[in-house]
Amino acid sequence: MPKAIESSGICKSFGDTKALNDITFNINEGEIFGFIGPDGAGKTTLFRIITTLLLPDSGSMTILGLDSTVGYKKLRENMGYMPGRFSLYLDLTVEENLNFYASVFGTTVKKNFELISDIYSHIEPFRTRPAGKLSGGMKQKLALSCALIHRPRLLVLDEPTTGVDAVSRTEFWALLRKLKQYGITIVVSTPYMDEAMRCDRVALIQDGQMLSIDSPQNVRDGFSRKLFSARAGDKYRLLLALRDYPGTLSVYPFGDSIHLTLSEEKPGRQLSEYLSEKGINDATIVETEAGIEDRFLELMGMDEIKNP
Amino acid sequence: MKRFLGFVRKEFIHIFRDTRTLVILFGLPVVMIILFGYVVSTDLKNASLAFLDLSKDDVTTTLTDRICSSGFFRKTADLSGHQDIDRILRSGKAKAVIVFGENFGRELESGKKPRISIIADGSEPNIATLVTNYATAIISGFTQQPTLTNQSSAPVIVPEVRMFYNPSLKSQFMFIPGVITMIMILICALMTSITLTREKEFGTMEVLLVSPLKPVQIILGKVTPYFLLSFVNVVTILVMSRLVFGMSVKGSLALLLAESMLYILLSLSIGILISAVAKTMQQAIFISLVGMMLPTVLLSGFIFPIENMPEIYDWISSVLPPRYFIVIIKNIMIKGTGFAHVWKETLVLAFMTAAFIGLAVKKFRIRLQ
Repeated sequence: MPKAIESSGICKSFGDTKALNDITFNINEGEIFGFIGPDGAGKTTLFRIITTLLLPDSGSMTILGLDSTVGYKKLRENMGYMPGRFSLYLDLTVEENLNFYASVFGTTVKKNFELISDIYSHIEPFRTRPAGKLSGGMKQKLALSCALIHRPRLLVLDEPTTGVDAVSRTEFWALLRKLKQYGITIVVSTPYMDEAMRCDRVALIQDGQMLSIDSPQNVRDGFSRKLFSARAGDKYRLLLALRDYPGTLSVYPFGDSIHLTLSEEKPGRQLSEYLSEKGINDATIVETEAGIEDRFLELMGMDEIKNP
Repeated sequence: MKRFLGFVRKEFIHIFRDTRTLVILFGLPVVMIILFGYVVSTDLKNASLAFLDLSKDDVTTTLTDRICSSGFFRKTADLSGHQDIDRILRSGKAKAVIVFGENFGRELESGKKPRISIIADGSEPNIATLVTNYATAIISGFTQQPTLTNQSSAPVIVPEVRMFYNPSLKSQFMFIPGVITMIMILICALMTSITLTREKEFGTMEVLLVSPLKPVQIILGKVTPYFLLSFVNVVTILVMSRLVFGMSVKGSLALLLAESMLYILLSLSIGILISAVAKTMQQAIFISLVGMMLPTVLLSGFIFPIENMPEIYDWISSVLPPRYFIVIIKNIMIKGTGFAHVWKETLVLAFMTAAFIGLAVKKFRIRLQ
């Protein structure tokens, strides 16, 4: 399968801080590739290297068949980029923003309208409104339209859904799915684990290191132990009790429940006696399927959360 | 070309939608001209004078009238004795007191030297000097009238002073070229550096960089609207100075406008350079104001003559573009000289412009830091 991006051994430091360390990955043409990681993991730095805005200290990156440091001029014509911050002119209206970006890339809105028509239909009612007065979700759709207006082969979206409400996020991902049919390779980063499931493949990244690259399903399946979900009326007390339990390997709050792994095959009498000793009688512990977040926490070595 | 025009259009929208930018662009020049033209005037007009007339004869009355009808002075009080002088000066009701000695008229007619003194409020040295100079001029002009003095007395030799180019020594003639010089630096350097750093701060520069736009296109697109608007500004100031202060351009208007364009270009390139160095709008504003505005006001010869400065300031000012432009614009506006007299300064400006533009384009980063 032809590769949209081939990266090998990318390192980048800012002063003494190592932002990226030996980043190697391949992205296939036409896939939605997600970089998942917490804030400060190095996602934005990596994206700026992909978009030729930064030069790596070492390592090489080939994008759309061009070397990213030498061929940046040609690359920039084929790339759509949406930075983490809203990259719109807030005093320009929706229409003016779109027309401006079209003219910058030497095209017109009309020429590529079919590509953005789906997205644009959401914001068209507000086309004479200044971009600064749009809601977060609307801004995001406008920014996406602007990044797509020149029909790029590679679309780079840095945390496009951060600060956007849940409904808009779902809509946004549905729009990205639709873009796939035009053969556009989409590279996206997000701090939200639930969004990882919507990518074709994901890379987990933390502290400038790649932890794992695989399809979301395989990443989940990579979870090495049985995972249990525990609930009780007093969640906090349950958490404290489980932390002190000698058979606990890892335990952390997860939504309204608690996720834990145990050294024993399954929670047995020993555990329930321990809990009632601690005065917790309403605890229910059931086996559950690991999500990406669980795998991510496992990879990050958060198991040690037990003995801080 | 289409990309470039699209960019220029966007830039114009920015300017015309932002009231603050508009105020700085068009309000500031008008306010500055009015301010420097009227308020910061160094001309004497209706200065308050008190009189202590100890002889009270026809001559002193005529002389008092002569002084007060000159337009420079206005009589605010008649004093009755020496003890009032200190009081009226302290109260600020008079800038100076003119004291006629006893038997003023008789002594003048008999060829003796009558006693007259001017006591000025020295706490405002500039005004005191002006008041005494103007008053002395009127009084000596009066006493030398042949009808008053004895015909047989020796002729007094008084040089006839004439001010060329600015016969009435209007200070606006000094300030208008200075204000043009200052405003151009302010608007061009400040506004372009702000507008470029704004793109950096708002993150839109990232997208512009990841577009096929060349650095030259970005810079020119940013600068063109300001170039046009600054030119409109120069014309506005010239029209205003003509209508409000009656100051017309003595020399060639075409030459003046051409020189202004060169100077605007120079200021813009300084602005681009500032934006290449500054990371935020605040930095850009600071550099423009402290680095450009202050030296322009203080060291370019706009207010304080360079000839009176210590040598070191002279050197510093010789790298400041405004210094040369002030010479050019004063020559053309006030003296009416042609290109032959300002070519050296023009050459310096042209050289500086080329250097700054070269440096700015070279410094413009095609990547983030």
